[in-house]
Amino acid sequence: MGGARLALGLTLSLILQPALPIFAQPTPPQPAAPPFVTGPEDGQWVIPQKNFANTRYSDLSEINTETVRNLQVAFTFSTGVNRGQESAPLVVGSTMYVLSPYPNILYALDLTQPGAPMKWQYNPKPAAAAQGVACCDVVNRGPTFANGRIYFTTLDAHVVAVNADTGEEVWKTKLGDINRGETMTMAPLIVRDKVFVGISGGEYGVRGWIEALNAEDGKSVWKAYNTGPDQDVKIGPTFKPFYDSDKGKDLGVTTWPADAWQQGGGTVWGWLSYDPDLNLLYHGTGNPGPWNPNQRPGDNKWTAGIFARDADTGEARWFYQTSPHDLHDWDNVNEMILLDMEWEGQPRKVMVHPGRTGFVYVIDRTNGEVLSAKPFHALTSVTGVDLKTGRLQTNPEKEPVNNRVIRDICPTAPGAKDWNPSAFSHKTGLLYIPHMNMCMDWESVEPNYIAGTPYIGAEVRMMPGPGGHMGEFTAWDIREGKELWTINERFPLWSGALATAGDVVFYGTMDGWFKAVHARSGEVLWQFKVDSGIIGQPTTYRGPDGKQYVAILSGVGGWAGSIVSADLDPRDGTAAKGFVNAMRELKNVTTKGGTLYVFKLP
Amino acid sequence: MRQLLILSLSVLALAACEREDREYRANPVTSETEEKIALSPLSAGPSGPTEQRSGLGQQYEENAYHIAQGKRLYIWFNCNGCHAHGGGDSGPPLLDDRWIYGGQIENIVQTIREGRPNGMPSFRGKVPDDQIWQIAAYVRSMGRNVPKPAAPGRNDDMHPGPAEQRRPPGEVMDGGQIPPAAQMPQ
Ligand code: HEC
Repeated sequence: MGGARLALGLTLSLILQPALPIFAQPTPPQPAAPPFVTGPEDGQWVIPQKNFANTRYSDLSEINTETVRNLQVAFTFSTGVNRGQESAPLVVGSTMYVLSPYPNILYALDLTQPGAPMKWQYNPKPAAAAQGVACCDVVNRGPTFANGRIYFTTLDAHVVAVNADTGEEVWKTKLGDINRGETMTMAPLIVRDKVFVGISGGEYGVRGWIEALNAEDGKSVWKAYNTGPDQDVKIGPTFKPFYDSDKGKDLGVTTWPADAWQQGGGTVWGWLSYDPDLNLLYHGTGNPGPWNPNQRPGDNKWTAGIFARDADTGEARWFYQTSPHDLHDWDNVNEMILLDMEWEGQPRKVMVHPGRTGFVYVIDRTNGEVLSAKPFHALTSVTGVDLKTGRLQTNPEKEPVNNRVIRDICPTAPGAKDWNPSAFSHKTGLLYIPHMNMCMDWESVEPNYIAGTPYIGAEVRMMPGPGGHMGEFTAWDIREGKELWTINERFPLWSGALATAGDVVFYGTMDGWFKAVHARSGEVLWQFKVDSGIIGQPTTYRGPDGKQYVAILSGVGGWAGSIVSADLDPRDGTAAKGFVNAMRELKNVTTKGGTLYVFKLP
Repeated sequence: MRQLLILSLSVLALAACEREDREYRANPVTSETEEKIALSPLSAGPSGPTEQRSGLGQQYEENAYHIAQGKRLYIWFNCNGCHAHGGGDSGPPLLDDRWIYGGQIENIVQTIREGRPNGMPSFRGKVPDDQIWQIAAYVRSMGRNVPKPAAPGRNDDMHPGPAEQRRPPGEVMDGGQIPPAAQMPQ
C-alpha cells in the first residue's frame, strides 16, 4: 500500500515536471575513518574499542560473506563467574585476555597451544560490599592493553596495572569510596603515558569526575569534576562551547538548586575517544542525580553531555549537553565514533554518537557544533533537537510530575540505546547500531539522600515499544541520517557490534544467539546458540596460526538481564528499576553463564 | 437486628484494637533488643541449634500499625532503592521464599542492624531499634509471612502486583539462594 502510493507519487512528479532536466547529483562519499586509525591491520585487538576512533572494525576478511557459514567453535573458557559479561576479549600478540565481572578476575590464555590453556590469572580481590552499590549488575566493560601492561578498573573503585607477560601487579590505586556509592565499571583508555578513568554511581548521588593517572605508577596527573565551580570542572580561558547556554561563570553551580551539585551525578562510565591530531580526549557525562528532575530545577551542568578536553592538562575545550535538565536518566555515555566526512560540501572532522535520547548525533569534534540529530527509535517524550540552540525538544505531556504516573514514555530510562557499542565499517561506511525498542511508565517521587544508598526518586516500569519486539539491530546511513535495514529481536540488544572487512557484522542476543549478518543486506548468514544470553562485545583477531578468529563472552546480566543474573522476582515489575516488568520471559529462555566462545573456519 | 449490628461492630472494633495496638514509649536509638537465634538449622550435637525468642517479633508482625509504619520507613531509608518493592535490584528479592540469612523476623532485624557482607549496609545507630522491628515486620509481610489481617491492604506505589494482604500465605526456605561470594573461583 505505502509502496504503491510512493510509486504513484514518483510517476506524478515525473509527469508534472517534464521540462526540468534531471541532474546527476554526484553523491558525496560515505563518511570515512580518520587517517590515524586506518593503518595496516596488525591482526590484534588491544583495546575494547579497537582504536582511538571507536570504530570496532577489523580489516581481516578470511571470514567473509561466503565463508562465514562454516564458522565453528575453536575453543571455550569459563570465567568462573555467573554474572553479566559485558567485557571484550582482547588479543595482544599470542595471548588472549579475558576479564570477569565482579570479582574482576583477569585471565591470560595462551593462543599458541591447542585449546588456549590458561597462562595465569590475577585476582584483585575487590571488596564484596561493592556489590550493593553497583546499580546495574556487577559488570565490567573490559581491560585495556598499553605499554606492556593490562589496565582495568575494579568494582570497588580501584585501577590496576598488571604485567601483561607475567600477571604480576605493577600498581593498584584506590580512586573512590564505596561508602559514598562510588564504583567503577568502565574500560580505561590509555594515551601514551596517561590512563583515563572515571567514576560510576549516578544512581547513588555521586559527584562525577574523570581522572588522568600516570601509566607508570598510577599517580594522579589531573582530575576534572563534572559539576561544581569552574575550577573543579577545569573550565578556563580555553573553554569555547559552541552554544550560548553553555557560556557563563560557574554554571556547574548556578544551574542547580543550592548545593545540589554536590550529589549531582554526571559520572563517567562510558566510552572514551581520542583524536591524536587535535590532542582532544572526548568523554560523556552521566545522568544528573537524582533521577527525579523536579528536585533539581535548572540545566544541571555539566551532566548528560559531552566534554572535549585537552588530554595533557584536562582543560575543557568544548561541551555539548544532549539532555539539559535531564528528565529520564539519559546519561551521555554511549560511544563517540570519530570520522571524517563531507558536510554540505565541506570536509568536517566529526563524531557520530547514537544517544540515549533516541537520536544519532553528528557533531563537529573540533568545536561541538551539532550538524544533525536524526531519530533511530520510536519517540513520544522528545520531538527533536533544535540545531540553532542545540537544545533537545521535549514533549511537555511526558514530563514527570511528582506522585503521578506518566505513561508511554519512549525511549526508556536506559535510553534508545545504552552502553553497548555500535561498530562502523571502514568498508561500507555504515554504522551498525545495536539498540532497543521500548517504552515506560514513570512516576517521580521525593527521594531521600543517605550516603551509600540509592538516590533516585522515580518508580519505573518498562515494556516493549511499537511492534512488540524489544531489540533492533540497525544499519545506519550517517550522511542521510536514516536506517538502511533493521533486524528485530525479541529482547533488548545489550551486546556490542563488530564490523569486518569480510562484510560480515557480528552481534549477540539476550536469548543466546551469536549472529553474523551481511553488512550490506542485513541477511543473517550464520548463527550459533551459546550457553547463556549475550551482552558482551565481539572482537576478532588473527591467531598465531595465521587464521582469523571471532571471540565473544556469553553470560546474561547487566541492567536488562539482572532478572536472571541476580535472581530477581518477576512478580515485582519495578524490580531492577523497572526493567523486570519487560523482561519476565527472559527467565524462560536463558540461565546464567560466563563462558568465552571463540570461533574459526575449519 | 440493630442489636446484632452493634454487637458485631463492637466485636470488630475489639479485634481491630488488638491488631492496631501501639506502643507509645518506643526504645531510644541506643538500646537494642537481644534475641538468641541461629543462622543455621545445623548444630553441634543432634538436638538442633539452641534458640530463645522473647516474643517481641510476634508482637510486631501481628500488628497492622507496626507493619504500616514499616512500609513507610522501608521507603524512607531507601531500602526500595536496592530491593525495589520486594523484587530486588542490587539487593536480593525479599518477597520470595528464599532467605540467605534467615527469614524469621529476628533474622531480618539482625540483617538490617548488622548489614551483610555482599553489599547490605548496616543500619545500626541510624535507625531506632523499634523502627528496625517495624521495617522487619513489613519485610515479612511482602511474602505474606504475617497474618492476613495485619498485612497492608493497599499499595500506593507503581508495583503492579496485589497488595500484601491479598497475596497467598508464604513460606520461608533458608539458604535457598547462592550468595554471590559462593560463585567466586579460587
Ligand atoms: C545499598 C543497597 C542496599 C540497601 C540500601 C539495602 N539493602 Fe538489603 N541487601 C542488599 C544486598 C546487596 C544484600 C545481600 C547481602 C549478602 O548477600 O551478603 C541485602 C540483603 C538483605 C536482606 C537479607 C536477604 C536474605 O535473603 O537473607 C534483607 C532482609 C534486607 N537486605 C533488607 C533490607 C532492608 C529492610 C533495607 C532498608 C533498611 C535494606 N535491605 C537496604 C543491599 C541493600
